[in-house]
Amino acid sequence: MAGFLARKLVSSVVLVAVAASLAYLLAAASLDPRSNYAGRTPRPPAAVVDAQLTALNLNDRTPLLERYLTWAGGVLRGDLGRTVTGAPVGDDLKRRAGVTLRLVLLGLVCGSTLGVMAGALAAARQYGWFDRLSTAASFLLLAVPVVVLANVLILAGTWLNDQVFGARVLLVAGEATAGLEAGFWATLLDRVQHLVLPTVTITLGLAAVFSRYQRNMMLDVLGADYLRTAMAKGLTRRQALIRHGLRTALIPVATYFAFTFGALLTGAVFTEKIFGWHGLGERLISSIFTNDVNTVAAISCLAAVAVLAASLAAGLLQAALDPRVRAG
Amino acid sequence: MTLSEEIAEEAAGDDAGRTPPPSRARVVAGRFLSSWQGRAGALVLGLVFLLAFAGPSLSPWSHTDKDLTAFLSPPSATHWFGTLQTGADVFAVTLRGLGRSLVVGLLAAVVCTALAALAGAFAGYFLGWTDRVVTWVTDLMLVLPAFLLLAVMSPLFGSGQWPLFVLMLALLLWMVTAKMARGMTISLREREFVRAARYLGVPPARIVLSHILPNLSSLLVVDATLNVSAAILTETSLSYFGFGTQPPDVSLGTLISDGSRTAVYAPWTFWFAAGLLVVTVLAVNLVGDALRDAFDPAAKGPR
Repeated sequence: MAGFLARKLVSSVVLVAVAASLAYLLAAASLDPRSNYAGRTPRPPAAVVDAQLTALNLNDRTPLLERYLTWAGGVLRGDLGRTVTGAPVGDDLKRRAGVTLRLVLLGLVCGSTLGVMAGALAAARQYGWFDRLSTAASFLLLAVPVVVLANVLILAGTWLNDQVFGARVLLVAGEATAGLEAGFWATLLDRVQHLVLPTVTITLGLAAVFSRYQRNMMLDVLGADYLRTAMAKGLTRRQALIRHGLRTALIPVATYFAFTFGALLTGAVFTEKIFGWHGLGERLISSIFTNDVNTVAAISCLAAVAVLAASLAAGLLQAALDPRVRAG
Repeated sequence: MTLSEEIAEEAAGDDAGRTPPPSRARVVAGRFLSSWQGRAGALVLGLVFLLAFAGPSLSPWSHTDKDLTAFLSPPSATHWFGTLQTGADVFAVTLRGLGRSLVVGLLAAVVCTALAALAGAFAGYFLGWTDRVVTWVTDLMLVLPAFLLLAVMSPLFGSGQWPLFVLMLALLLWMVTAKMARGMTISLREREFVRAARYLGVPPARIVLSHILPNLSSLLVVDATLNVSAAILTETSLSYFGFGTQPPDVSLGTLISDGSRTAVYAPWTFWFAAGLLVVTVLAVNLVGDALRDAFDPAAKGPR
């Protein structure tokens, strides 16, 4: 087991290194930070632009390999380089990681709980009205892309504000009201008002996936011998399902949970961008538009680490929950 | 194989083996059409295709026309779906976008599934170094954020360059299918008919192409269908942020992006494009689900 883990860890580290290098080379070769200076008036002299770009390690007249080596050396020492405006990339990303984490964690917890409950209920009464309803709902939700879902929710939010609440209850832009100076509770309320719609966006999409997954797992478990045994020793169907069925069926879902978490760290790009949250995903889009090579590379590196860490965690979780994996 | 043999036996019991057994394709098609998901999905998908490619000839407006007497006007007899801020006819533009999204989605799915089948089958059949290299490349592609690669390369997808976009889309969707194809090939390569071919001296590349790949066909057909919806959704999301289809060309993504800004006071600019997208993806998913059940009656539910 230890040898297997060590080998897996080494190959993961190599994968992250190659993925980050590829992302850097691709970004450095195709983005053009020099064009950021072209539109300025008065136009800065070429020598000044060159000096500025060289200081940021973004000068396209330096050979690509040399820039890459400078960048890679910095990353190994924990320095992710500077943005096009000269601020350190690391500080900016730390703040944004907090924002993304808040959104993703809440959405993931709500979505998986809702999905697991719906899936388990649907499987317990297969082909009943709830099963049909939840199947139809998840099929519909799986067909709605995030960009449409988020916009529909924004429209629904504005409609509710106008027609039902008569006040701005659900806020659709940003993570907090700018310049709000109020007590702790008012600030908290403001945060929650901003949080509702983006969280619902992430929750709905995830709940659809999780409910299908949980339903299938539950149906597999329902026919198992140990469940019949549990009922034969005197448990009611409900007790047997909750104590023995749900727990077993949760194992693959738990590993899927870990995996989704890693993928979502940058996967919330669309939600963040549409709701104007200043998280990692939003930064990824804006850094591509501003030709910010170092930030693009840093975020891809982070995404690669997150995905691999999550898949490692999923494997460990599976081993911890499922005795068959440990034995085999 | 086993299924058609079973049916052949049944048929033999009925009229002493005179009628030939029904082909696998007919059995699958029959099962597909007997499920309501299959019928509804195929019907809706057919209608969507008809609308996208025959619909534009019904309307007097083309997607490049601008009606300078009607800006942002609601649906009426002259403009069935209303007009945009630029005066463009929403019906014509939406159908054009729908057609482009369908073509991009279908082509990307076909290219992606073909790539996945070849990579997976060769890796699974040859094992050793081929397998190690292919598996490593698949893992690498899974780790790289696909969105980032497409977005960074988006300046290359200028006007008329959409085949390149299709290719990139396919390159970013093939990994999971390839892993499944590899797994199935590993079990197939020890089967009798493959061994027989090997001992007869058939060259390995031909074994993969004419003995392994046909036996993966059920997996590949189902996965190609599901890849169509994945490709359409990815294309839409990228175009929404300006990283996919570039103007003056339109796709459902660019239309939804523009429409979402005016949706509050001009709902027709948003809902027609968004609704058609959801209906299309839903129909494709239903077809994929029904196909999987038709190929493998023991399987249930998505993935």
